[in-house]
Amino acid sequence: MSTVATSQIKLTPEHARPRASVRSRLQDALPKIVLAPSFAITIVFVYGFILWTIYLSFTNSKTFPSYVITGWRAYQRLWGWTFDTDPPSSWYTSITNMGIFGFLYILICLALGLFLAILLDQKIRGEGMLRPIYLYPMALSFIVTGVAWKWFLDPGLGLEQTLHQWGWTSFHFDWIKNKDFVIYTVVIAGVWQASGFIMAMFLAGLRGIDGEIMKAAQIDGATTFQLYRRIVIPLLRPIFLSAFIVLAHLAIKSYDLVVALTSGGPGGSAWLPSNFMYEYTFKRNEMAVGSASAVIMLMTIVAIIVPYLYSELREKPR
Amino acid sequence: MLRKLLIGTALASGLAFAAHAEDVKEVQMLHWWTSGGEAAALNVLKGDLAKEGFAWKDVPVAGGGGDAAMTALKAMVAAGNYPTASQMLGYTVLDYAAAGVMGDLTETAKKEGWDKSVPAALQKFSVYEGKWVAAPVNVHSVNWLWINKAVMDKIGGTEPKTFDDFVALLDKAKAAGVIPLALGGQNWQEATMFDSVVLSTGGPEFYKKAFNDLDDASLKSDTMKKSFDNLAKLVSYVDPNFSGRDWNLATAMVIKGDALVQVMGDWAKGEFHAAKKTPGTDFLCYRFPGTDGSVIYNSDMFGMFNVPDDRKAAQVALATATLSKSFQSAFNVVKGSVPARTDVPDTDFDACGKKGIADLKAANDGGTLFGSLAQGYGAPPAVANAYKDVVSKFVHGQIKTSDEAVTELVKAIDDAK
Repeated sequence: MSTVATSQIKLTPEHARPRASVRSRLQDALPKIVLAPSFAITIVFVYGFILWTIYLSFTNSKTFPSYVITGWRAYQRLWGWTFDTDPPSSWYTSITNMGIFGFLYILICLALGLFLAILLDQKIRGEGMLRPIYLYPMALSFIVTGVAWKWFLDPGLGLEQTLHQWGWTSFHFDWIKNKDFVIYTVVIAGVWQASGFIMAMFLAGLRGIDGEIMKAAQIDGATTFQLYRRIVIPLLRPIFLSAFIVLAHLAIKSYDLVVALTSGGPGGSAWLPSNFMYEYTFKRNEMAVGSASAVIMLMTIVAIIVPYLYSELREKPR
Repeated sequence: MLRKLLIGTALASGLAFAAHAEDVKEVQMLHWWTSGGEAAALNVLKGDLAKEGFAWKDVPVAGGGGDAAMTALKAMVAAGNYPTASQMLGYTVLDYAAAGVMGDLTETAKKEGWDKSVPAALQKFSVYEGKWVAAPVNVHSVNWLWINKAVMDKIGGTEPKTFDDFVALLDKAKAAGVIPLALGGQNWQEATMFDSVVLSTGGPEFYKKAFNDLDDASLKSDTMKKSFDNLAKLVSYVDPNFSGRDWNLATAMVIKGDALVQVMGDWAKGEFHAAKKTPGTDFLCYRFPGTDGSVIYNSDMFGMFNVPDDRKAAQVALATATLSKSFQSAFNVVKGSVPARTDVPDTDFDACGKKGIADLKAANDGGTLFGSLAQGYGAPPAVANAYKDVVSKFVHGQIKTSDEAVTELVKAIDDAK
């Protein structure tokens, strides 16, 4: 007992230090402790389930997950369907639609967003009011956008009917009922929703450009077109990249828009890969095929995101 | 502090245990009957169970076809959290039974005499390896025509007895400037109509061979090709805006008199009732021409899960109430379908319901009661959906000829099998 007491007394001068170090260690660890649950959740529910889906795509899962590995069968079926063009298989329709939709959606959103941002950047009156008007569609869910456009584009209810009532009876616009054009109506609805958001991104970028550079160019005699072509747009390169990433993943995960707008379209002609995945996994009880299509979607996203991450991470050390 | 907590926990778990020892007086029910008429029909069952002292815990998952509900059910079952019962369709019951999660109602079935009163064709789905796993609630039949009587009188039409009569009738309507055929261009509606076309074109034997037995020779046959030709003929009578239309909007076209006829299952009758129309005076119900005497059915079932012993009493009460004659009559009058047992008196039903009950009985006795492929009672979901794909692609022009359609149908079904 006494020896313990003496040793404690001896330690007194340094008594404060271990205490402080526990505290500071705790302080160091605090962010990790706070982050740990969300980190664990992400690991399990995102990456864990990605691995599980990949595993399932190699099994013979039907209604319920099965753990019997049967090899590449699901991928072979998808691969076979990829070349079934006449009549088009559902998978062929899905991936070609993805190509058309992704390309037009990203391109038009970028072009329109930039155009609107440049117009709004002319120091006009009422900008504070106009900006939210363009931005507002982004606040709607895809379901609302889809239903609204479904009614608007329906020849019996919306635009065509209204114009006919106004007297323009030769007007004809039935893309939403046409198997060859229905995917373009999905593009229209998607662009309407996202272009305002892209405009806001570009507007922020435009505001970040140093006015001195613009003035210098104007003094050198650059026309407005040259100014934007040679100076502003090149300076907006990082915004283009971010906007592209945002749009690309929105395009690939689009599902609800198609469901609300056309419920799959005439004869399934508006399907995107996500619709295909849901149909096969949950409605047709072909979980292995559904998982395989999900894996292919993931690969597509990876093919876009990885080069982006690579370029971002490479630039950091500089 | 800690001790208090421990005591609290012990008490709580003790209480929970005590509660568990007694039977749970609650029925947990997953379904997608959320629309007005359907919810009203289900209230009849709630009332019956309340009389016996069982509380009703609703797990409604909206979405007409039940896709969302089935996704929810899959998650509940995967988590081991079985509902007492769930609304289910056809092959889903058998899938879950094969996975070993369904309960066993054989004792109740014996006591209540289900074996004799429930049509044999339905028992294929409610009995798995000799054990009753589901209680059928109703029988819908698919091969019906729904006709607006005012329009019919105007064009001077009579009941079509053959497919050619039907085409002649549609021609009359066209000449009178009415949309002849109301159709919703969604794959299940197109395929539901095609079920009737095949039965009409090929007859009962052919339908059974092709769409229940999936016999290759029948699927490839000229009769099937002829059926696709007939489908194409019918589709030429729809209005240009039909693609993507919901079934009840198509029914509304007939109710309003914009269109003459809709080919749809008897759930369409619910829409006529909701619009305060009476059969015989406002609308007419005929069997699809050339299918009189046969019934293509689908049926809603309450699948009974393998719940813990303390919840079994509630499950038995639910199953008994579901197949009681009084409930079968009361429910099906509201829902538009016919009772799932053939010994229920038809006094409360309207003219169409009476015909439906008589037809079901005759078809059951004569062996002409067939599962609808479009509605998932002819073949497992993978095959049924492959079939719907082909029919829909044919209707919308991705598949251009009947020859091609037949080849695609055989290929798609083989692929999905």
